[in-house]
Amino acid sequence: MKLLRLAALAATLAGLVAAPAVADTIKVGVIGPLSGPFGIFGKNFKAGIDAYQAKAGKTVKGHTVEFVYRDLEAIDPAKAKALAQELIVKERVQYLAGAYFTPDALAIATVIDQGKTPFVVMNAATSSITQKSPLVSRSSFTMWQITVPAAKAAIEEGAKRMVVAVSDYGPGLDAEAAFRKTFEAEGGTVTDSIRMPVRTTDFGPIMQRVKDTKADAVFAFLPSGPPTLAFVKAFIDNGLKAAGIKLITTGDLTMEPDLPALGEAGLGIISTYGYATSHDSPENKAFLADLAKVGLPEKEVVMTAVAAYDGARLLYRMIEATDGKQDPAKAMDAIKGYAWESPRGPVSIDPKTRHIRQNIYKRVVEKRDGAYINREIKAYPDQPDFGLMQ
Amino acid sequence: MQAAVSILFDALAYGMVLFVISIGLSVTMGLMRVVNLAHGAFAMVGGYLASWATLSLGLPYGVAILIAVAGTVMLAVPLEMGLYRRIYGASELTQVLMTIGITFAVIGAANWAFGPGLKTIALPPLFSGPVDLGFRTLPAHRLVVIATGAAVALALWVVLERTDFGIRLRAAVDNPGMAAALGIRTPAIYATAFALSVALGALGGVIGAEILPVEPYYGLRYMVTFLVVVSVGGAGSIGGALLAALLLGFVDTVSKYLVPEYGEFFFYAAVIAVVWAFPRGLLGRPH
Repeated sequence: MKLLRLAALAATLAGLVAAPAVADTIKVGVIGPLSGPFGIFGKNFKAGIDAYQAKAGKTVKGHTVEFVYRDLEAIDPAKAKALAQELIVKERVQYLAGAYFTPDALAIATVIDQGKTPFVVMNAATSSITQKSPLVSRSSFTMWQITVPAAKAAIEEGAKRMVVAVSDYGPGLDAEAAFRKTFEAEGGTVTDSIRMPVRTTDFGPIMQRVKDTKADAVFAFLPSGPPTLAFVKAFIDNGLKAAGIKLITTGDLTMEPDLPALGEAGLGIISTYGYATSHDSPENKAFLADLAKVGLPEKEVVMTAVAAYDGARLLYRMIEATDGKQDPAKAMDAIKGYAWESPRGPVSIDPKTRHIRQNIYKRVVEKRDGAYINREIKAYPDQPDFGLMQ
Repeated sequence: MQAAVSILFDALAYGMVLFVISIGLSVTMGLMRVVNLAHGAFAMVGGYLASWATLSLGLPYGVAILIAVAGTVMLAVPLEMGLYRRIYGASELTQVLMTIGITFAVIGAANWAFGPGLKTIALPPLFSGPVDLGFRTLPAHRLVVIATGAAVALALWVVLERTDFGIRLRAAVDNPGMAAALGIRTPAIYATAFALSVALGALGGVIGAEILPVEPYYGLRYMVTFLVVVSVGGAGSIGGALLAALLLGFVDTVSKYLVPEYGEFFFYAAVIAVVWAFPRGLLGRPH
């Protein structure tokens, strides 16, 4: 009897000891702008991840997945690297994710090989990032990916002589090269190429220059922010819209949270992008409902939410494939070629570039039920990262 | 020729925006000797109030300007009595630390109250859209800005140089002890001058919102530009601020038209050249 009781006790103790080994916690470090001028994008990172966890649960094969956030307000590669190291060494994260700006993503990519830490880029849009390490994948888009369709859209809209106006920094130069190459290959002429100072908000002289070249359309890329609004206003107020000149942009100029500020003036702008909140699919409806539940109303939703949502899916798949063990090769193999239905449409991870292939949509700014939206009018299906195909 | 005239017009319009926003800062820095880094934050508060008045309350533009200016002054006067009064005559470092702190507090409050997005101010149809001047099309709003800038310059000159208040203010700044001994109530004069500079900032924030859009980081984003205009013009000089704003507006506009890939190179090259030749600014008075 006594022996039996002892055996039962021993069994219970063994169970207690064994239990934590099964229910372990896999940590994922997320680095992004949670506060500051770009805070809305970090907020979208977090909401996208929270929404995915709300849908898929917080455990994979019995492993609890915990996301650990670090704030990186502005472009700061040195701090990005330090945060990544801290997450790997101190927090013992198995995966890294996030990165809003290219320089930060490049800095993080330099430390992940030592830590054998797969890294899912959730925004930074320069093509070369995924070439820095075999452990980097990307769930957002690249400038080439969204700009090549913009040049095709320009041809479809009847543009023949165009001015290219881009912000003078990395992604702007990518957009310029991608647009020029595609537009000229399709038979168009680029009459002038203007690199605009990044911080400027006075575009009067730029508009005058556009008029002087007698172009029939303008392609523009500027990162979202105060200059975007000022650019579109200058385009209209300097009489370019009235003169019949068309404006074709990437979706950065017509992000949904900025559209109310553009108001009527923004109507009719053509843009190309991977995601519009008005995208008509059951997946997107469910996605927006989940985001609202975790505290992100539809009017604040931007691309980074869907990139983070899909990024979280990639992380879950890697954790599932490796059963929670640190095995970067197996983890990366699990996502190569993986295809699924995202809120933005059908997507897949290109096995060669580890970058996401997706539909890019031609959209037009319209007013529907009192709200301004980007209505998708055409899809360019299964677009790769053209930047790495040069 | 036509291009040249058209660039000159753009330069004039941009210069006037710089002038309208910076002149209030020139008053605090030159006449009151306070390095007020919160000036941009006050301009932003004005912009937010006008945006709220036109979009949420549906009030006309003119009324919105009045609400913005009055509201910002009402917010700033208690700050003057509670905080700024302690730093008159203090070292620049103390002034900078306190006013940058106010700026951060205003940024946080604006972010919390209005969200991180851009806010616009609804313009009446008369002031919005393009206007055909014959030789070129210009935003109607720019003409409003040019007119406002000219009116502000004239009115300020009259107030500071030709009225009793202006004489008392200049006396209170140059020799506070003697001014007080002669019966000038210096605290009241300072409070009025501070309110005036805040009112000018708020007016600039509203009028300039088409070119410098209102968002929470407005107060930091454009503060360097405002400080540059004041230091190039000479703190406290109306003519200097006007001259500096027009000169810098001209350099920036021409370089943006001809060689936009040089970014702000020529703007800052001009700043360095002026400050090298005139360390106190174009029309700055020695103190």
